[in-house]
Amino acid sequence: MEFFRIRRDIPFMRHALAFNIVSAVTFLLAVIFLATRGLHFSIEFTGGTVMEVGYQQAADVQKVRDTVEGLGFADSQVQTFGTARDVMIRLALRKGESSARQSDQVMSALKADNPDVQLRRVEFVGPQVGAELATDGALALLFVVIGIMLYLAIRFEWKFAVAAIVANLHDVIIILGFFAFFQWEFSLSVLAAVLAVLGYSVNESVVIFDRVREKFRERAAKGMPTPQVLDHAITSTISRTIITHGSTQIMVLSMLLFGGPTLHYFALALTIGILFGIYSSVFVAAAIAMWLGVKREDLLKPVKKKDDGQPELP
Amino acid sequence: MNRYPLWKYVMIAVTLVLGLLYTLPNFFGESPAVQVSSGKATIKIDASMLGRVESILSADKIPTNGILFDGNSVKVRLPDTDTQLKAKDALSRALNPDATDPVYVVALNLLSASPHWLGNLRALPMYLGLDLRGGVHFLLQVDMKQALSKRLDSSAGDVRTLLREKGIRHTGISRTGDNIEVNFRDDETRARAKDLLSTELPAMTVVDTGSGGDLKLLLGLRPQAEREVLDTALKQNITTLHNRVNELGVAEPVIQQQGADRIVVQLPGVQDTAKAKDILGRTATLEARLVDGSVEAQNAVLGTGPVPFGSELFKVGRGAPVVLRKQVIFSGQQLTGAQATFDENQRAAVGIQLNDAAGRVLRQVSRENIKKPMAVVLFERGRGEVLTVATIQSELGSRFQITGMDSPQASNDLALLLRAGALAAPMEIIEERTIGPSLGAENISKGFNSTLYGFATIAVFMIVYYQLFGLFSALALAVNVLLLIALLSLLQATLTLPGIAAIALTLGMAIDANVLINERIREELRRGISPQVAISEGYERAWATILDSNVTTLIAGVALLVFGSGAIRGFAVVHCLGILTSIFSSVVVSRGFVNLWYGRKKRVSKLAIGQVWKPST
Repeated sequence: MEFFRIRRDIPFMRHALAFNIVSAVTFLLAVIFLATRGLHFSIEFTGGTVMEVGYQQAADVQKVRDTVEGLGFADSQVQTFGTARDVMIRLALRKGESSARQSDQVMSALKADNPDVQLRRVEFVGPQVGAELATDGALALLFVVIGIMLYLAIRFEWKFAVAAIVANLHDVIIILGFFAFFQWEFSLSVLAAVLAVLGYSVNESVVIFDRVREKFRERAAKGMPTPQVLDHAITSTISRTIITHGSTQIMVLSMLLFGGPTLHYFALALTIGILFGIYSSVFVAAAIAMWLGVKREDLLKPVKKKDDGQPELP
Repeated sequence: MNRYPLWKYVMIAVTLVLGLLYTLPNFFGESPAVQVSSGKATIKIDASMLGRVESILSADKIPTNGILFDGNSVKVRLPDTDTQLKAKDALSRALNPDATDPVYVVALNLLSASPHWLGNLRALPMYLGLDLRGGVHFLLQVDMKQALSKRLDSSAGDVRTLLREKGIRHTGISRTGDNIEVNFRDDETRARAKDLLSTELPAMTVVDTGSGGDLKLLLGLRPQAEREVLDTALKQNITTLHNRVNELGVAEPVIQQQGADRIVVQLPGVQDTAKAKDILGRTATLEARLVDGSVEAQNAVLGTGPVPFGSELFKVGRGAPVVLRKQVIFSGQQLTGAQATFDENQRAAVGIQLNDAAGRVLRQVSRENIKKPMAVVLFERGRGEVLTVATIQSELGSRFQITGMDSPQASNDLALLLRAGALAAPMEIIEERTIGPSLGAENISKGFNSTLYGFATIAVFMIVYYQLFGLFSALALAVNVLLLIALLSLLQATLTLPGIAAIALTLGMAIDANVLINERIREELRRGISPQVAISEGYERAWATILDSNVTTLIAGVALLVFGSGAIRGFAVVHCLGILTSIFSSVVVSRGFVNLWYGRKKRVSKLAIGQVWKPST
């Protein structure tokens, strides 16, 4: 069985402008959503308390809400999640009060209403921890960007490094844009997913750049114009691209379907990341590299030096 | 060309066997157990407890699957949960006659059910995080400013005493921020004071400031001394927390330092957070009092008379029963330090430092009570426990020793207890997570199922699409899981739900290497190259790409590991390890399978790698 039966190189680069316009528009939309709606940060970042309680029968959310508000937690959210019997309660941080006590208060009030109620999970995060997590997250992102750019610049060439990182940062912004648009909860595990996707979709650009380098080295391909080399590289790797991403997506889909609410947004972020990762690293990164003007000479000189250890093929 | 030297096959085989061995304990599951550990720092569990537990259980005819002593606690493995409960009841009844004041912690626990010889190889099941086994997690922030402030207060007292002892006149000692300020009238006195203080207080910097009629010495803690203060404060708080957690009867509590000023407390299996918070936040006090040596008191000890007015009978602890005066000489807040040390005859002793005010009181009290005994009592939950009773040999000051310890171990224990009496600095809960046991079990099964279904789908797809090579790829992927789990078990890294997600994701990504290889081989075949050469070139050419792409993924993984905390770190550890094992399994191991299959064949006319479509032009 072979899915991809491609006779000639597909002239992707002829449409480079179109691809770039599409991604520029998506990117802009994502930025607009981020700016206007903002991210719905989980309490890990903002500080506060989340409780999950379970009832034997379907929960009376309104009653729970009244009970919680009766305790003076005005800024609280009560909603069901997963099933009708599971209720999630969010309590905002209150200054001065030892917030760790909040959950005890709420729980004993709920128990008084309905002895059936069962505490499933409590999470309390103080404000200082939240602020730290936010800075740590930003630092991690910076570290990944710089690390990958350095590696690509050494291994290939700065133009490729810039192209790959621009393409993949644009993925990150788009994922964030989705989270802003739908107001999905942005938690620590979503951040982990975003960073993992960043590392992963750079792979894609690496595979194509590898091909580009190989083609540039071939004597037979001498004099082939750069756009055509890029077309060839993309065409010859497209089968692998689709199959690999498909396999990863199978895994992620399995998490999305069977992983339960804890892994839901994690898997969702990965799904968006993988889908846009294909698009951006194949079409956007190569196009940017082209605009930046990659040439044979760029790749041949530094690579020969660096690649002494590589086995040369007959 | 497609042959591995023998050592490579041997290496792969050895890796697989080791992987299997260390993965094995995870399959046996866990069996119910009861764990007996010490509930008080004054009591140490030793091997004799083994016999005691055994005789208690055999007296009640409770069957066991083995009893073991691991240095700190005795663990009894039991056939089922019913016997587990029975054994727990029997043991706590026999070991703790006074149920309101438990001496031993008898807790329900789960022990790995893997055979003994695996345990001897240090092959243990993966360590499950709280989100998988249920329990409470607290992150406590220690208020270090308070610890420093306490230390400066006591130093100010030392300064006052030193100056008084040497007859150096000052016009006032005060605390300004992180410094102690001492005022003097003339330069000469200040110089004398400076000499004295810099030699006597090596932990402090002494600097001249002020001019004219307003001459000052400014004392501050040296950075190293400051670090030491913070370090001891944190250690002391951890010790105190340990003692308190013991009361909760938790089988395997985790109490660890995190960062410079934070403590993580994890209590697996605990559901009652309110009680846990109450116990962790409780304040204990330490009091030193004189022993009442009157005849009435003697009678009270023997139980033949009432306790005299103004005294109190203590029944628990070392040297108990004993009758002590109610008057307190010094309390735990005034104790600035306690360390195990040796006296001039090289016998084990405990050195104690008090702040200035307490030192003054003790000097007076001890002068009047030479050759009489004094006791130190630890109060918790309104109940006192005698830590030590010692005879006053001479006039004592703010620094003195308790001698007559049996061993350095005993002096260590006492020093610990004295220090642990109170928290060195107040703490605040800044993070709390409670996970119910049902949710934990649910998380395990959800994580496991999503990984399993994903893996199965990928394996089926690979085999259909790449046939024999797909099978090799799927096998390599299975080896990857095996090695990853073995590595996690071996390192005893904590597995959390994000960790399971990372296993799934890593598998999804790891297949990339095999897809790359298989596609390359097909491509070579398409160019009309002979099968053997195609295999070899496919692997060679894919290798550079595989390396590049894994390095970039690893960069992201390392960033998560370095900057992440909590959930993210659990993800990152598994992710990074998974990338490393995947490089090995997808390149070395899968090539091993291919070489084993095709390498020995002389003539290979066709590879079972699925259809290789050639453009017919």
